[in-house]
Amino acid sequence: MDALEILFTASFWVAAIRIASPLIFATMGELICERAGVLNLGIEGIMTAGAFAGWFTVYSGGNLWAGLLVAALVGAMFGLLHATLTVPLGLSQHVVGIGVTLLATSLTYYTYRLALPEVTSPPKIEPFQPLPIPGLSSIPVVGEALFTQTPLTYLAFVSVAAVAWILYRTPIGLAVRAAGENPSAVEAQGISVTSIRMGAVVVGSALMAVGGAFLTTSAFNSFFFQMINGRGWICIALVVFGSWRPGKALIGAILFAAFDAYQVRLQQISGGIVPYQVFLMMPYALSILALILVARRATYPKALMIPYQKGER
Amino acid sequence: MSSNPVLRLSRISKRFGPLRANEAISFDLKRGEVIALLGENGAGKTTLMNILFGHYVADEGTVEAFGKPLPPGDPRAALDAGIGMVHQHFTLADNMTVQENIALGTQSLWRMRLDRAAARRRIEQLSADFGLAVEPAATVSTLSVGERQRVEILKALYREARILILDEPTAVLTPAETDALFRTLKLLVAKDLSIIFISHKLHEVMAVSDRVLVLRSGQLVGERETGATDRKELAALMVGQEVKPAEVSPVKLGAPLLALERVSTTPYNGAGLDKVSLTLTAGEITGLAGVAGNGQAVLAALIAGIRRPTGGSISIAGREIADWSPRVALAHGVARIPEDRHAIGSIGDMSVTENVIAERYRSPRFSRMGFLNWKAAGRFAEKLIADYDVKCPSPEARIRLLSGGNMQKLILGRALDPDPAVILASQPTRGLDVGAVAYVHRMLLEARDRGAAILLISEDLEEVLALSDRIIVMSKGRLSTPSSRGERSIRELGELMAGHSGEHSDHAA
Repeated sequence: MDALEILFTASFWVAAIRIASPLIFATMGELICERAGVLNLGIEGIMTAGAFAGWFTVYSGGNLWAGLLVAALVGAMFGLLHATLTVPLGLSQHVVGIGVTLLATSLTYYTYRLALPEVTSPPKIEPFQPLPIPGLSSIPVVGEALFTQTPLTYLAFVSVAAVAWILYRTPIGLAVRAAGENPSAVEAQGISVTSIRMGAVVVGSALMAVGGAFLTTSAFNSFFFQMINGRGWICIALVVFGSWRPGKALIGAILFAAFDAYQVRLQQISGGIVPYQVFLMMPYALSILALILVARRATYPKALMIPYQKGER
Repeated sequence: MSSNPVLRLSRISKRFGPLRANEAISFDLKRGEVIALLGENGAGKTTLMNILFGHYVADEGTVEAFGKPLPPGDPRAALDAGIGMVHQHFTLADNMTVQENIALGTQSLWRMRLDRAAARRRIEQLSADFGLAVEPAATVSTLSVGERQRVEILKALYREARILILDEPTAVLTPAETDALFRTLKLLVAKDLSIIFISHKLHEVMAVSDRVLVLRSGQLVGERETGATDRKELAALMVGQEVKPAEVSPVKLGAPLLALERVSTTPYNGAGLDKVSLTLTAGEITGLAGVAGNGQAVLAALIAGIRRPTGGSISIAGREIADWSPRVALAHGVARIPEDRHAIGSIGDMSVTENVIAERYRSPRFSRMGFLNWKAAGRFAEKLIADYDVKCPSPEARIRLLSGGNMQKLILGRALDPDPAVILASQPTRGLDVGAVAYVHRMLLEARDRGAAILLISEDLEEVLALSDRIIVMSKGRLSTPSSRGERSIRELGELMAGHSGEHSDHAA
């Protein structure tokens, strides 16, 4: 099989969509936070905590959906911590975000060691199984790629539509967007900027954790250290790539995932002439390129990273 | 008019540190009445209105709307009580449409769907009723300043405000937009709304209000029926004394100090310069009149050293300077009073002390061997605060806490100390009140009498006429021939400003 043929196989696109799913959840989470004016660098740690919480719930006998719910709750807790420090207290969003990432990651590993002191290889669970949609899944390539996935992948796509609807079609979405652009506009209309921003960070963090849980309950079937492996940081870039719009961010996530799926296949056919690290690097290098091309003229939410203090002149 | 007031403020006091922004202010507002709140910048007008609207919490005193006390610090309660506020700095989200901005917060946050159609219909109705033309689907970032203000007013009306507070509404408007605003206000009053109009412009206050309240240094110093007072009395109340126009002594011309020779530039905030020659002479104020955008901005930037010429030469005291830059300009005694005191003239989040030494922290007066001498800097800041009567909590206060007039006094003080050879004064009194304007004018005239060469760039023709010993009109990047004080009539100058005359010169002006 040559390098171009890969692009037309269903299995390649099935893998791409699967790889994209956790990124989609977490990117939507980050997008909500940033649209409200808060950069949430806790994403990497929150995804780690979500991955563990979801998996551990199932491992301890809960069902898969309960695992997802627990992951979301854990994410929301870390979101609440982040929001409390950055919104009412107005601390640096960079420092708090990195702090939350370190805290969430370390707490997760610590909890893992406490809960499973004896294990050498990570125990496995029964993950979400693919759920082909009758009819649609028999469309060649496109249908197979999109409609032979696990329920969680379908949920990822639903989350994009939901976030887009909420941001652009509901009163609360209006308030979120205004809070990220000009918080005094929100205040002047009698809405609390603090509540809107905190709410956005809590909900966004829950989505990030669900993205993490996708890895342990749908893509794989166990939890191991370093499994998030920078995916959170990629999502931060995807939000910029998507110019803070859910639809464009979705395209970015699929694009990145396709690069990632592609490099694995290239490695296999390259026959070891090129060191495999070069292929590993490819999606990231291409992401930077895409950012340069697409996001140079992106307009940031104007109040992003600016704490709002009521009554300040 | 009913006898029951729609709004009653009782003994409102508010302090910011040691600064008394409001002291025991009480007044009533009647139905269908327009009150003008008059006062210099920093007199406490905006603070008072922010307390009324719940942005600030008063230290003492109460607000009653329609007979019910208003809980402090709660904008929502003020909105619900029928108070609408049009802030001086607009509170609009630029990335959203007009109708989204207006609908924000007017529908339950938990609704699954924003009712755009209903919002749009109501906005169109209000626009038509009150002469507030604006396209509901337009994104705010594409709107002009006048349109944005109409959106702000619509926001208040959409919420069925019965009391409308307008904070310096005309500061950002063109004369035609101002007239349109006043027509809208008349329509609102006809519908029995009550209006508080904050301003420091006397003729506007006389034109729109029924009653005038004058604030000075945080205190209510006077209350007059508009029909029973005049501009002179109000001005005196506002500044606490009679305002005398600056006296101009005869010119004592010295040597030419700064000379531009056939200088051209690329366009910047309007036209670029086209082979402009200009000489500034010691002891003389050269006034540059013209419609904004005809090259004044780039000329000011050029003299300040921010822009470089693409052709021609700049010389100081007869010596040509090849590497013209801000530092070189400063070193040759060119003092700058920039057009935009917030963006260029100051660094808002740094202290007064840091700002006043910003141009000269390298000089031995303020630093030794690379270490700042904070004592000397602090003394300098305190001296400026005292000499120029700047109202500010302390030299350590962030400069953005100061009102425009006080900030401008500091910038003026920084520029004038010690005696600069050349002063570039760009729109030096824009947005200032009567007292501050007179003060700035007096300071510039004193500097001229001490032998400074001054270039006054102003869009205010009255100001140019009052101060300038020599007037040049700028149009399309070129300069007219100069005229001495009183030589050209306002009409002649106006024609030159409109670019009607071919009287441009590219020889020495």
